[in-house]
Amino acid sequence: MPITRVDKDLDAHTMTVIADYDAPVERVWQLYADPRQLERFWGPPTWPATVVDHDLSPGGRVTYFMTGPDGGKSSGYWDVLEVDAPRRFVVVDGFADDTGEPNPDMPTTRMELELASRPDGGTTMTVHSTFPSTEAMQQMLEMGMEEGMREAMGQIDEVLAQG
Amino acid sequence: MVVSLLDRPETDRVFHALADATRRDIVSTVLVQELSVSALARRYPMSVTAVQKHVAVLEEAGLVTRRRRGRESLVQGDISRVQDARRALDAFEQLWRDRVAQMDEILAEDP
Repeated sequence: MPITRVDKDLDAHTMTVIADYDAPVERVWQLYADPRQLERFWGPPTWPATVVDHDLSPGGRVTYFMTGPDGGKSSGYWDVLEVDAPRRFVVVDGFADDTGEPNPDMPTTRMELELASRPDGGTTMTVHSTFPSTEAMQQMLEMGMEEGMREAMGQIDEVLAQG
Repeated sequence: MVVSLLDRPETDRVFHALADATRRDIVSTVLVQELSVSALARRYPMSVTAVQKHVAVLEEAGLVTRRRRGRESLVQGDISRVQDARRALDAFEQLWRDRVAQMDEILAEDP
């Protein structure tokens, strides 16, 4: 597994994920900069994402929806705050209505992503997520992600059962 | 597993209870050592009544239990509910583990 470290802080409502990839920084950056690649990993396995608008520049917006196994849709957006290609971007990730407009009643997550070159030519990715509160995190998890999480948990259980 | 946890109204109360720094401190204290409300009150710059209110919120959330000993009310932490709260963060971690694994699969297709 490429994930090397996960730090969770219940008090500060933050989570940091660190992952290592063999590919160089420019290649990993493309996973986010290219909407066709972004949509292949952003949604949980059973809620694949479709990226609609994609403007990964400061002040820009990325919109997407995820489609569940029963055909249900969950829409989201990124408000892009900072971009320093191909090393770093900061976005606010939130829920949107069916037309892609942000839903102000739903909590948002601030996501800071950094890519760093390793001496062996690979890339270390650090994703730092900040939730406005533990309640917000709870509410977010309840919205549209349950199926994917259930699936993911099932996959983990299967792997453990095989081990 | 996660879904059933999130569906429970008591999980809401757990998150509400843990959103306050004093209450988090009370929980971590009484998880280690059973203490009376008056002993807890000496640890914080607030009245016994204020501490009692915090303890009541924690008790409502199932994070602590209370029992009487003479004139004292003893407070003890219940670790299982703290673990429930932890599990919501674990679910978000799983979301990112999925993303990272899927990113890795895309990269593996490169010639």
